[in-house]
Amino acid sequence: MTRKRIVILGGGTGGTMTANRLRRRFDRDEAEIHVVDRDDTHVYQPGLLFVPFGLAQVGEIVRPRRRQLRDGVVFHENEVESVALDKDEVLLDDGTALPYDVLVVATGVRLQPEETEGMTGAGWNERVFTFYSPEGADRLQGALERFAGGRLVVNLVDMPIKCPVAPLEFAFLADWYLRERDIRDKVELVYSTPLDGAFTKPIASERLAGLLAEKEVELVTEFNAGEVDGVGGKLSSYDGRELDFDLLVTIPLHGGAAYVERSPGLGDAFGFVPTNKSTLQTSVKPNVFALGDATDLPTSKAGSVTHFEGEVLAENIARYLAGQELDGGYDGHANCFIESGFHKALLIDFNYDTEPLPGHFPTAVGLPLLRESRLNHLGKLMFQWVYWHALLPGREIPGIGPAMPTAGKKPVPAHAS
Amino acid sequence: MTATMIADTSVDLDAEGFLTDPQQWNEQLAEAIARENGIPELTERHWLVVKFMRERFLTTGTAPSIRSLGKESGVPIKELYQLFPKGPAKLAAKIGGIPKPRGCI
Repeated sequence: MTRKRIVILGGGTGGTMTANRLRRRFDRDEAEIHVVDRDDTHVYQPGLLFVPFGLAQVGEIVRPRRRQLRDGVVFHENEVESVALDKDEVLLDDGTALPYDVLVVATGVRLQPEETEGMTGAGWNERVFTFYSPEGADRLQGALERFAGGRLVVNLVDMPIKCPVAPLEFAFLADWYLRERDIRDKVELVYSTPLDGAFTKPIASERLAGLLAEKEVELVTEFNAGEVDGVGGKLSSYDGRELDFDLLVTIPLHGGAAYVERSPGLGDAFGFVPTNKSTLQTSVKPNVFALGDATDLPTSKAGSVTHFEGEVLAENIARYLAGQELDGGYDGHANCFIESGFHKALLIDFNYDTEPLPGHFPTAVGLPLLRESRLNHLGKLMFQWVYWHALLPGREIPGIGPAMPTAGKKPVPAHAS
Repeated sequence: MTATMIADTSVDLDAEGFLTDPQQWNEQLAEAIARENGIPELTERHWLVVKFMRERFLTTGTAPSIRSLGKESGVPIKELYQLFPKGPAKLAAKIGGIPKPRGCI
């Protein structure tokens, strides 16, 4: 075939692993591979959770994007201006037009704190924080260190968010941190969510609500945050409820990258790209694919999801270029450690059809599922090494394939959902 | 699932009172469900939301979340809460004869 050009937008988890996989798969005379990102800072995002508690420094969880890409991948440090679907061309902020045969959208999400009234007003990064950005996590670290007591409210504004378990992990770790500092009795910890329980899936939701109760964290459900008063310390919901806070840890609204909105036909109202849930081809145009947080898929926005999608995506790009039928092999598989404090963590493993169940992962002998253990905590810590050295290079992790394993899972009797 | 008579029509409802078959819906039914749920009269603004909700469900298979309603229905979220107190997305879905929005992952 004549040499094709594959352009990947985003040099994060999905973009980097896809570029590396495709670089290994195609000879240089078969395909050029380009990656575009607006900066050269790759953040190991699961590490952000640890920054507020002084368990990690921002400097330890970032590396240059370029260095994670194999030789023969062209890196453009540019903002994307827009994508012209009709011309099969990406326009960069310096005026360069980058034509493509295949486009991969992997630009993740953008935090939109300004979409909630008052959130970024007075008090932002003083009393109102998010740990979802390196800067926010760092500022929150200082604030927690100075925190001597009062009401600490965790709020997620609305789904979808990256890593839906992270706000819960924050609450668990905050309980641990405050006990370590011997001021837990001076703090009221509140976890507020628009969901009708602690989590989205019923069995896990029940167990996680139990864990919040054990740790004396008050759970406030169906709370749709509408307004923040960062000076008065008040979070109000649309239905007129109020939560007072001395410190608010918010997970702001999420949307797709800004250029998606500037590109006619590429995204939905929130800038997420409509994507086929099993092939990862978009419904926008056959030569446009997407993975990771940038899609509108009904699965968690998480690195593990992106990783499992990545294998199917690379295969399908090759099939598309060869004119073959696509593989509908992605099953919605997600796998997340949930750090619960005191050197323990839970693990959940699920897909489109199967909610997180108890048991063991990946087989009957393995890490315990949906239950606190030290082994899971070690797994979570070790994962950072796996991320840089196996995940991003696009290598398979032995024994962990894209399809969700069922061998170690225990079915749970029917329950009201 | 139980068959129930509302506004002289027999409809199938789930445990929380949502229609299980959107085809059984009609406007008289919507008004009756609204009254049962504390909305005495459906105004033009109510209808705007209910119809948007219903049309979106019938074309995409998913009911919009409160956030998409606020962004795309033409009615801002604050007003949605005035029109449909407590849970606008849920209540508008119920009145519009479509299943309860799952909305989250």
